[in-house]
Amino acid sequence: MAALEVDEVTKQYGGHRVLDRASLEAESGQITGLIGPNGAGKTTMFNVITGLTAPDGGRVRLGGRDVTGLRLHQRARTGLARTFQQLELFSMLTVRENIRVAADIHRRWSGDKQSCAAVTDAIIERVGLGAVADARVTTLPTGQGRLVELGRALAARPSVLLLDEPASGQDDLETARFGDLLRELAEDGAAVVLVEHDMSLVMKVCDRVHVLDLGRMIAAGDPATVQADPAVLDAYLGTSRAAAT
Amino acid sequence: MEKFLIFTIVGLSLSAIYAVISSGLVLTYTTTGIFNFAHGAIGMLAAFMYWQLRFAWGWPAPVSLVVVLFVLAPLFGLLLERVIMRGLVGTSEATKLVVSISLLVAMVGLANVVWEPGTSRPMSQFFQGRQVDLGVTTITYHQAITIATAVLVAIGLRFLLYRTRIGVSMRANVDDRNLALLNGARPDRVGLISWAIGASLAAVGGILIAPALTLDPGSLSLLIVNAYAAAIFGRLRSLPMTFVGAIVLGLVEGYLAGYLPGENQYLAGLRPAAAVIVLFIVLLVMPNTRLRTRSQLREHFPAPSVGGMLALAAAVVVAGAVMVTTLDTSGLINYAPIFSLGIVALSLVPLVGFAGQISLAQLSFAGIGAVVAAHHGASGSPLGLVLAVVIAAVVGGLVALPIRHLSGIYLALATAAFAVALDRWVFILPDFDLGPVHISLFGLGSADIAPLEAFGYTFGSPGSRLMLSAVAFALAALVVAAVRWSSFGRQLVAMRDSEAACATLGLNLMWPRILVFMLSAGIAGLGGALYGMQLGTVSPERFNLITGLPLFMLVVVGGAGLVGGALFAGIGLYGLIPLTSSLGPVVAKINAVSPGLTGIGLGRNPSGVIPLMREGVRPLREDRLVLGAMLAAMAAIYAARLADVYGNWPFVLLLLVAFLGASAAANLRARPPADQRAADRRTRADDLDWVGITTPWTAAHLSCLDDAFSGDGLPPLTRPAMAAPVVGGASAATLATIVLPTATDGGTGSVEGLDALHHLAADGDGPGGPGGPDGPGGDDRVAAPAVGAAAASNGRSADGTEVPRGGA
Repeated sequence: MAALEVDEVTKQYGGHRVLDRASLEAESGQITGLIGPNGAGKTTMFNVITGLTAPDGGRVRLGGRDVTGLRLHQRARTGLARTFQQLELFSMLTVRENIRVAADIHRRWSGDKQSCAAVTDAIIERVGLGAVADARVTTLPTGQGRLVELGRALAARPSVLLLDEPASGQDDLETARFGDLLRELAEDGAAVVLVEHDMSLVMKVCDRVHVLDLGRMIAAGDPATVQADPAVLDAYLGTSRAAAT
Repeated sequence: MEKFLIFTIVGLSLSAIYAVISSGLVLTYTTTGIFNFAHGAIGMLAAFMYWQLRFAWGWPAPVSLVVVLFVLAPLFGLLLERVIMRGLVGTSEATKLVVSISLLVAMVGLANVVWEPGTSRPMSQFFQGRQVDLGVTTITYHQAITIATAVLVAIGLRFLLYRTRIGVSMRANVDDRNLALLNGARPDRVGLISWAIGASLAAVGGILIAPALTLDPGSLSLLIVNAYAAAIFGRLRSLPMTFVGAIVLGLVEGYLAGYLPGENQYLAGLRPAAAVIVLFIVLLVMPNTRLRTRSQLREHFPAPSVGGMLALAAAVVVAGAVMVTTLDTSGLINYAPIFSLGIVALSLVPLVGFAGQISLAQLSFAGIGAVVAAHHGASGSPLGLVLAVVIAAVVGGLVALPIRHLSGIYLALATAAFAVALDRWVFILPDFDLGPVHISLFGLGSADIAPLEAFGYTFGSPGSRLMLSAVAFALAALVVAAVRWSSFGRQLVAMRDSEAACATLGLNLMWPRILVFMLSAGIAGLGGALYGMQLGTVSPERFNLITGLPLFMLVVVGGAGLVGGALFAGIGLYGLIPLTSSLGPVVAKINAVSPGLTGIGLGRNPSGVIPLMREGVRPLREDRLVLGAMLAAMAAIYAARLADVYGNWPFVLLLLVAFLGASAAANLRARPPADQRAADRRTRADDLDWVGITTPWTAAHLSCLDDAFSGDGLPPLTRPAMAAPVVGGASAATLATIVLPTATDGGTGSVEGLDALHHLAADGDGPGGPGGPDGPGGDDRVAAPAVGAAAASNGRSADGTEVPRGGA
């Protein structure tokens, strides 16, 4: 049983179908890539999974449980956490406080007895924000802001972790370090879903890749297969569309 | 049947007025994004103007109408747009709201200054006494004109929006302002025209309804409540639905007027409160508003320090003691609300400042606190004070529960509706039983509050009551600060920024929202009870919506997230204004308008004035010597006052002189000597770190940079690709930013910084490099990681300041 199953989800805004019977599965211990050109519906897919956007059709299951009717916080409490493409940091707080808020929230509903301060310190160490832990988040560059979001998501101890373009705004060195971190997280047992435009990162770390184009899932498989898929090349480079015109 | 028809016509003519007013509201809201709380006040001013021209000066009605509706009102709208509203583009919803509330307060103040309150200003209807016989019933000319006007407005707006060029750009502006701009629409012009038409529509409504009401600034301005009740039917966006809302509302009021048993005291207030009850119900059934994401608020309120809070609490108590020992009885009574209503202002800090929720009903909760204290503290029992807090908090929770899904403007409207429902209906109810609970309110007039008796002491004198509320303020301030330090406080602050992020972390947003409302209502209840004790007798009009607005406004102006903001509101409204008003009638008149004018300036500085003031006195706070001398001088001034060497005015002035002198001295001492300042200026101008910022970037600077780097044993930067034209001004600034940390501290960071520079140079080779056709996008792509690299390696610079944000 997959940790996350999205079953033929459809979302329509006016006449525009952002998601068209799109399905997705993510296994525990694996990194699943979700790629596609801009406007393909990747972020909408994350919004539907987390409950920010209600789908017009289809189901979302977490750990085999149908969560389609659940509200955001209820889904989060089944072990789902995410980061946002456009940063959603708590701007009045420091890096440490941002992560601490998440740890506090987790502790409250999970009854976890671990000290929130200790959890926070461990996460800061893990994502490598020690040097800026007491800086206000708005003073950080975007790349580090994304690490704060990741740290916050980790404080919720997720079994399914959705990352929306986590490497954008990071340099090559940071991205490489970030890839290692993702592998570690997956090895710890989380199902990681990665939306990313940095193809070298996706191809390097992902176990499986799903390709979304204009709301439809056009390919899925291991990175090498997907990379060679003509439909994917078409979506990204517009080969057949260019030929047709 | 005839009665039914009569009241149908009464209802429809009310509907017509609401429709005209609310359509103006919707028009300005949709085209400019500003929900104008002062819309009703514009109608109010227009009604007064019309009265002045038509009845005071005896101008003919048509001339007066043309002057008000087609000259003064549109001009006023244009002025508002040009001077105030245009500056609000891109500010938070709360700031926009506060500015328009300030406008309302200023206009009510202005009306009270120009048209002395308390004078009767009769205003007759159009064609007074004439009516048409419709067979089954009759309709007055005034009613017919009113209904016809609404129909004309509906047709006119439809024509304007769908058949004229400007109307099409108005609609385009609603859909997407930027896209409209790209396509050649002129949003500024659209804004001007919308505000002009909006003001005229408000004026029409004001003039039509004024004969039915008394010509009173407060009640006419509150027409806005009825108008937005209608507009909320169309979710503040749809004009046809707004008209439907207006018809429903007018008819409900009409039938209530006809069929409510007039002698029933319990239902008497229902008709005036009908609009707000409808509003509240519509808001209840409204589907969830979207969760706030990426609010990008400009406001920033740091958590207070423990030392700072203790100092502030001590200062409040000392100030209370000084006041008690220097003021006479009338002064003690006049200035007592500084602390008691200051506590009500304090109640807004966790709610507005931390959680980003808006409540316009805080003074109503204070009223509940006062009533409870009156009934349960009859013998001076402290239980009254405790119950005032508890019951106000419970009512706060009960109000918050059904509207927990609302935020921003809708929450403001719902709480305002609650406040008005209390003013117009609940507070004037006689005693009643709710199941086993006997509830008594103001008992149709006013309620007496006994002075508190605690620890064997009766707080009977005005001085002791002032001291009591000063101590209570200090304690409440510490409680509020403790909330900010707690995990609950962090959660509130987090929710304010991103509800979406909080919810996806597993937080059920309902509880913090309700709890913060309860906390806030409880604090307001305490303030109300203390205020009531100071007054001795309380009546409902002390706690109405309009009275509460300046308090809300000044807290936000002071700094909504800061305890100092509440103190600012208390001192400003109940200290400075009465103090300066005693200087003479001219100052008093200016004071009537000044709170409103202060609020209007908020758009420029959304974090409030307290942070600015704090920054201003920083040298003084840090200079122990001068600070000590100042406190000693103040103590001496106080001692001389106690010895009756002089009166209160010299005392206040001397304190002021001591403070200003100390500030000036501290500033002077904090300044580096003149020769060092000159040296700083020179270094700054010549410093390579500032190249591209203080001096224009030229290719020659590259060799200077190389010289600087070679001293650190680094490879040269100079490459053929780094020609000056490719690296535009912005990129040069980025270069300087990258070079800044590397050139000064060497280390590993410099290598990464250089890599980034080379990367930038290499990109410059290709088509569309930085500053090329890609424009800012291309620039960002390169610059952001580069700065990221510098920042990651450097973290924070040596002096502890944070690394600047990425991007050029």
